[in-house]
Amino acid sequence: MSDEVRGLKGTQLYLNDVHRSFDGYKAINGLSMVITEGELRAVVGPNGAGKTTMLDIITGKTRPDQGRVIWAEHTDLTKLDEASTARLGIGRKFQKPTVFETHTVEDNLMLSLAGDRGVKASLLFRIAKAQKARIDELLELVRLTSARHRLAGSLSHGQKQWLEIGMLLAQEPKLLLVDEPAAGMTDAETMRTAELLRDIAGKRSVVVIEHDMDFVRALDCKVTVLHRGAVLAEGSLDHVSANQEVIEVYLGR
Amino acid sequence: MASTSFIDRRLGVFLALLAVVTVGVPLANTALSPESGLHVPTYMLSLIGKYLCYALLAVALDLVWGYCGILSLGHGAFFALGGYAMGMHLMRQIGSRGAYGNPVLPDFMVFLGYEKLPWFWHGFDMFWFACLMVLLAPGLLAFVFGWFAFRSRVTGVYLSIITQAMTYALLLAFFRNEMGFGGNNGLTDFKDVLGFSLSSDGTRVTLFVLSALALGGGLLVGRWITMTKFGKVLVGVRDAESRTRFLGYRVEQFKLFVFTVSAMMAGVAGALYVPQVGIINPGEFSPANSIEIVIWVALGGRGTLVGAALGALIVVAAKSWLTSAFPDAWLYALGLMFILVTIFLPQGVLGLIEKLGRGRREQPEPEAVEAEA
Ligand SMILES: Nc1ncnc2c1ncn2[C@@H]1O[C@H](COP(=O)(O)OP(=O)(O)OP(=O)(O)O)[C@@H](O)[C@H]1O
Ligand SMILES: [Mg+2]
Repeated sequence: MSDEVRGLKGTQLYLNDVHRSFDGYKAINGLSMVITEGELRAVVGPNGAGKTTMLDIITGKTRPDQGRVIWAEHTDLTKLDEASTARLGIGRKFQKPTVFETHTVEDNLMLSLAGDRGVKASLLFRIAKAQKARIDELLELVRLTSARHRLAGSLSHGQKQWLEIGMLLAQEPKLLLVDEPAAGMTDAETMRTAELLRDIAGKRSVVVIEHDMDFVRALDCKVTVLHRGAVLAEGSLDHVSANQEVIEVYLGR
Repeated sequence: MASTSFIDRRLGVFLALLAVVTVGVPLANTALSPESGLHVPTYMLSLIGKYLCYALLAVALDLVWGYCGILSLGHGAFFALGGYAMGMHLMRQIGSRGAYGNPVLPDFMVFLGYEKLPWFWHGFDMFWFACLMVLLAPGLLAFVFGWFAFRSRVTGVYLSIITQAMTYALLLAFFRNEMGFGGNNGLTDFKDVLGFSLSSDGTRVTLFVLSALALGGGLLVGRWITMTKFGKVLVGVRDAESRTRFLGYRVEQFKLFVFTVSAMMAGVAGALYVPQVGIINPGEFSPANSIEIVIWVALGGRGTLVGAALGALIVVAAKSWLTSAFPDAWLYALGLMFILVTIFLPQGVLGLIEKLGRGRREQPEPEAVEAEA
């Protein structure tokens, strides 16, 4: 991929030749990728391929040794921390569902609502009508309306995953990074999650990391196969599944 | 479970009891004759006043530890700094009534051969200035310390260790005569404050009432902070710090704010403590003091504010009884209490009281049921 991509309109995120090693182990090794505005993208790859590390780099949790990560055609993300990338409009769901367990479901969403994140604003915060309505809407969307006053810690694993997706949406991000959302879900829940993510895409870009091939098929989108910290193949699921290298390293395990 | 009303049952009951004590103890001291069985002698009144200061200190620690997960093992330092700021004012109030009769220099400075007042003692002759320093000295230390620590993302055990190192460093510094704070003798022999003699019953009662009001005020401030969205972010930081960051909150700013407020609260507690006990010395900086505050909070019930105050009152009352009855047993008793509470009462004494209360009312609170589901 060439540097020209950087100037292209409609690019939400552009990774160019990113490298990162941990104690000599190359977790990310020449990774390049383009995510366009509103795109839904699935990223697959064997354990340790570097999928989560890629998200760490995009969100400013981990600094790359080399390479560039460009947001919306001009901002270099490699200089920013987690809070700054979040404020730019990147929402992230962790591989292990991470919600505020001792807060109610409703408060989890309230804390995630887009708005001023400063100390003073938080001290003086009073919820507005429109924000209440938005919480109701999100609760409906992630099917937690009846659980709104429950503590998030008491939810099932699948419900926590959904709450976390709801929290991401409450941020009104431009890009959602979703790390293994279907883990711990029943088949029906998995399919509904795929549907939900498909609905979200279009308005926002969505990058989904997943192991479950049925889930990836249900997403029905472009697939990137990651292996040893670099892109091995990219295209439709059928296209990449037919790739001999992919079969060897991943699908044919 | 945390209720949504500003003054919930827990806080309401505690404040009501505190109000009874605030009015009752001074009345029992002044209105009842010494022969009456219910008379509270002045030394006892000041002893309880001292406990109330400790309770405020515990509330301050709970604000950062219980709600934000910052286990400070150095809160005694903020308390001591507030105490020293007040002590410096009381020292300067002595004026020429000191043993050496120097109108400006406190006795220990004359003794050590000071020619003039060190620069940092200027202004302390004014009461308002001293009050400002009661807030600013601990607040500034907490701000600078927190700025470095939180920005570098020092958390957990490492943070606890450096807070402990902070108070230890101050202990060593304040022990030195050259520091100009009276060395190991500290500041003492206070005479009066705002023209009122510190040994008069009226002044003692006033200090007692002020301590009770400060405790009540501290609880209300703490309650307000923890009820706001800011407070909910703090709990978020405690339970899932990275989630908070990824939502766009600058965690270090939230920690810094609450740490500084907490240090100031501890400073106020120290400032009210000093005139009631009549002395402040470097021993207040000792690491063991700071650890004891943590025990109060854990024992009373962490993350409840009221529990912290209760824990402090229980432990210090037990301490003054045990240290006179069985002087050697105190430390063992404290350790044992701590271990028993940690194992059997993870919610502390307050958790136990509320559990018993719920059992009696039979109807469990709906929120609690859901929380256990
Ligand atoms: N902060 C870190 N320190 C050291 N090693 C790390 C760190 N982060 C990731 N690694 C290593 O980098 C490699 C890639 O890890 P990563 O978590 O990105 O894989 P993954 O593709 O997400 O795998 P999985 O499917 O198991 O989640 C692993 O070998 C991991 O041990
Ligand atoms: Mg991973």
